[in-house]
Amino acid sequence: MNNDKLIIGGREFDSRFILGSGKFSLELMNSVINNAGAEMITVALRRVNEGGINNILDYIPEGITLIPNTSGARNAEEAVRIARLSRELGCGDFVKVEVIGDSKYLLPNNEETVKATKILAKEGFIVMPYMYPDLYTARALEDAGAATVMPLGSPIGTNKGLSTKEFIRILIDEISVPIIVDAGIGRPSEACEAMEMGASAIMANTAVATAGNVDYMAKAFKNAIEAGRLAYLSGLGRVLEGKAEASSPLTGFLED
Amino acid sequence: MLTDIMQYRENMEIIDSDMLDKVLEYRALYDYNKYTEEDVKRALSKETVSLDDFGALLSPAALGFLEDIAKKAKIETRKHFGNSVTLFTPLYIANYCENNCVYCGFNCKNKIHRGKLNAEEIRREMETIAKTGLKEILILTGESRNMSSVEYIGEAVQIAKEYFSTIGVEIYPVNCDEYRYLHERGADYVSVYQETYDKERYAEKHLSGSKRVFPYRFYAQERAIIGGMRGVGFGALLGLDDFRKDAFSAGVHAYLVQKKYPSAEISFSVPRMRPYINNEENNPKDVHERQLLQVMLAYRLLMPFAGITISTRERAGFRDRVIGLAATKISAGVKVGVGGHEGDNKGDEQFEISDPRSVEEVDNAIKRFGLQPVYTDTAYLL
Repeated sequence: MNNDKLIIGGREFDSRFILGSGKFSLELMNSVINNAGAEMITVALRRVNEGGINNILDYIPEGITLIPNTSGARNAEEAVRIARLSRELGCGDFVKVEVIGDSKYLLPNNEETVKATKILAKEGFIVMPYMYPDLYTARALEDAGAATVMPLGSPIGTNKGLSTKEFIRILIDEISVPIIVDAGIGRPSEACEAMEMGASAIMANTAVATAGNVDYMAKAFKNAIEAGRLAYLSGLGRVLEGKAEASSPLTGFLED
Repeated sequence: MLTDIMQYRENMEIIDSDMLDKVLEYRALYDYNKYTEEDVKRALSKETVSLDDFGALLSPAALGFLEDIAKKAKIETRKHFGNSVTLFTPLYIANYCENNCVYCGFNCKNKIHRGKLNAEEIRREMETIAKTGLKEILILTGESRNMSSVEYIGEAVQIAKEYFSTIGVEIYPVNCDEYRYLHERGADYVSVYQETYDKERYAEKHLSGSKRVFPYRFYAQERAIIGGMRGVGFGALLGLDDFRKDAFSAGVHAYLVQKKYPSAEISFSVPRMRPYINNEENNPKDVHERQLLQVMLAYRLLMPFAGITISTRERAGFRDRVIGLAATKISAGVKVGVGGHEGDNKGDEQFEISDPRSVEEVDNAIKRFGLQPVYTDTAYLL
């Protein structure tokens, strides 16, 4: 279990907690990352204030893998353009594809996400698409060359937990690239539950950013994610459904 | 002879939409006195606020629950925006106006000093503004197509593109292809305020000029979205008519536009007519800070994802406390004359500002309240 690495696009990570960055003060970045033990952080490219004051990139410690996201993209074409821009700005090859055409619920558009993933994967990006957990879309994303699939636990920003749990479970069973639960996770216990189910990692922002003490909450998530991972790796103990086993075996009549 | 406010004039584009009828119907049916404390409590207990709940939150009955409403609004603002507050500044490039709006400083009958900046002056102003660190600018003109043509505004937008990442315009309403023209030059956001959604009051207050045409103004946001703009701003001049009905109407208007164009980014502004100080009579329709906050909080709960801008017409102490609670965008380093960031004004102000603080001072204030100043938060893509 010591060699339990998360591998995304050929890169190895020890941490399975991906932090979002948009909702807490930049000055807290370093200590939140440390407490979270995070090695990856997502940044909205539209927040990158190149050469300007409060530039988010200036606050990201060395050694942390930057995952620019395409928030603001309303269709595949816009997501592709933002990703290319991000590469030009020197933000690396990782990209979290977010295509959102609804300003009210901020739900991802799966169809456009597949289109963008196809184009960007061909261009050599390590594509991490954010999606609504649908098996057909997940397969299409995998075929398109996605490095991970990132289904939402609940609508973004709601802290409502794993309301799509049964569908995420299907993706975990059927998809071979890492499944990273993104959006909606509100509590460490929910992150733990997703990890127990076999999710490869958790991405969170609002849950940490809106906590009374962001450092403590970052640490709580770290511990919960590690606990969930360990439980998954050790094989959960058998839980019997209904009553105990029947006293006379149902197959006792068989003669051979 | 006053013209019919519902009559479009030559060259004013008519789009296929029935939204005006819908908003006016909602307005006519809105009776804020019917709401009880129970209605307000029910609205507060809900996860998603309906238009009827929104009506309750704007009612006099809700004033007694302002603290509870504020608590809920703060949570929503946090969930959707984290602790981010976006900074911007307006730049008036001209103050010529062809409208006779009885309440406005720019009124064409007012003998004020008029002027407009030429391209070189616009560039110098923008350079000076950009040096403060701002990346978002709102370009404003008085409403005169003759003196400030769409091409002239387009040129200003194009210059702004060199210095800023986010460009909005607050100009006279134009046609879809003109919005597209401005969008192609770099503008992504359009604000148009209906002032009042009451047709009679609108007719009384807007005596002449293109602004008198009520439906052409009303459909500006839809035309802007059709023209490719990413976001549109709404607002009523609170206090011009019954502020509760107007705030309700602006909310319904924005709500229906978002429903029709789901990807459009929605924002609100809350300009108000200030009540006379030392007025002996206590008019329940006056918009004091308490009522103004009530409107902002109601907008937040109706549309938790919408931007809310707080202008320098309000005092620093009020502005600093409403960011993070309901407002998500704040202006700083504001001059409301024509130009004036670099050298002297070329024209008089539309109104007086109550918060003259610089960008740095506002930035510090935002941090002091545990919030984070954000300078760039949009992606212009064409």
